[in-house]
Amino acid sequence: MARRVLLIEDEPNIIEAVSFILSRDGWTVHTHSDGLSAVERVRAHPPDLVILDAMLPGRSGFDILQELRGDPATQALPVMMLTARGQARDRDLAMRLGATHFMTKPFSNAEVLDRVRALANG
Amino acid sequence: MSAEVPAGSALAGSRIRARRLDAGVAQGELARRIGVSPSYLNLIEHNRRRIGGKLLNAIARALDLEPALLAEGAGGALVARLAAAAAAQHRPGAAPEEFAGRFPDWAALVDAQARRIETLEGQVSALGDRLAHDPELSASLHQVITAATAIRSTASILAGGETLDRDWQARFHRNIHAESLRLAESSRRLAGYLEAPGGDPGGAALSPQEQVERFFEAMGHHLPALEGARPAMHPSEIAAGAPGLDAAAQTLMKHRLESYRADAAALPLDEVAKAWQDSAEPLAMAARLGQPLERVLRRLAALPAGIGPPRAGLVVCDAAGAILQRRPLDGLTLPRGGAACPLWPLFEALTQPGRPLRAVARLPGESADSVLCCAIATIIPGADWDAAPRIEAVMLMMPQGAEPSGLPERAVGPGCRLCPRRGCLARREPSLLPRLGEEALTAPETPAIVTR
Repeated sequence: MARRVLLIEDEPNIIEAVSFILSRDGWTVHTHSDGLSAVERVRAHPPDLVILDAMLPGRSGFDILQELRGDPATQALPVMMLTARGQARDRDLAMRLGATHFMTKPFSNAEVLDRVRALANG
Repeated sequence: MSAEVPAGSALAGSRIRARRLDAGVAQGELARRIGVSPSYLNLIEHNRRRIGGKLLNAIARALDLEPALLAEGAGGALVARLAAAAAAQHRPGAAPEEFAGRFPDWAALVDAQARRIETLEGQVSALGDRLAHDPELSASLHQVITAATAIRSTASILAGGETLDRDWQARFHRNIHAESLRLAESSRRLAGYLEAPGGDPGGAALSPQEQVERFFEAMGHHLPALEGARPAMHPSEIAAGAPGLDAAAQTLMKHRLESYRADAAALPLDEVAKAWQDSAEPLAMAARLGQPLERVLRRLAALPAGIGPPRAGLVVCDAAGAILQRRPLDGLTLPRGGAACPLWPLFEALTQPGRPLRAVARLPGESADSVLCCAIATIIPGADWDAAPRIEAVMLMMPQGAEPSGLPERAVGPGCRLCPRRGCLARREPSLLPRLGEEALTAPETPAIVTR
């Protein structure tokens, strides 16, 4: 069975490009665009890995990450955070909240693939 | 006058030498005119002999100068600023007093350039702050980066060399086209935002508070259009017509102007002028005029020439010590951004809201000016039950004359990095300055504050 990745991102063209490259690599890609219901989505259909954008409508990616890490069911779930703001404090915050990896936009496709594979093998 | 030149004029010899050379008088000739040997004059000129008042007067007469020019040298504030400028460039060995005494015009130029650098650094800092905190700028940058991400990722798929079916290709081309349009639009908005309002290239780097401050500086801190029983203009009209303000500065300006108008209505110019003539003391004026002290302090720093104190500065801060409003006193003010010396009475007032404080603040340096400070903090209640109140402190600064005031002095500084004082309990970080001689005042075992 293909491994599942949940891409939580609200930009449709980024969703399409990232979904395409991951699908082509053999992943089953699910997407979700709303920050408010993102945690429920993870709990309802737990993926093998989450790619989480920091800026989402309704709720920030940092808040979502914090809640995931506070729940024993999702505590160990690999989460790669994406952000358009590359400041050190965002990286620090993400890592402090328990992100497995942090990636700054604009990223390269190869970078995303390499990191997703590494996290899945983990 | 026969007393020796005081310690503060220890470099009078350098000034004598500079003035003598300027006048084209040989050392031997000047020595002859004043009745001393050339070798003794040489020792004086190299600051190896202290010079008495009688001899100083004789030299001044011989060179056709005011004795004070030789004794006092350059202004203490100028010397302090030159010292700070030298320290900022890591030149601890510089001799600012000698430099200012010998080359006053060049010293003024160096000072002006140092101030310009300070202003530009402030603008850079404000721009950096904007990049980090301005929500509009942050949103614009986010748009640009998001579009760039989508384009990069999609283009990379198309350029990857793998065969894509026609539908996917068309889809990705459409996406790139849409994102390129978004990138163009968001870039244009970003560029427009970074350009100064009104085409002023300096304005973009100014924070809203600095934009408002610049307006008040240009107006001399007095607005005739808001004075009188029937003011010529409404605060919102002035705010709307003020040049070079962004939206945030407009909002801030309106509040400032409304506060100004309220003060002007409560304290008409003629009443303030009369009260000042009768007693040039803010607390007595507040009692006589039946107005809160903080309003009187603000008003005294917003009067036209000829009314109230000849020169006045003002600083207003909130409970966090953030500076909300400034009017410099002869170029002296408190820095923004939490870098101010905490020993200013303004900040002490925050710890005792409602208690008027008065102190003579003395800046470091042998010939630094003293400043009479009157301060008070007030609690402004919230509109709802249990709402947190707002606390604001106001400090009026007036020059303290040469004559003793009878008030105890308090040592303050320009901020730790530019303050040479040793043993200061309030120091937050080491000074950039070399140790500039011994200080008579060390701060602050006992706060030198007079309360009434």
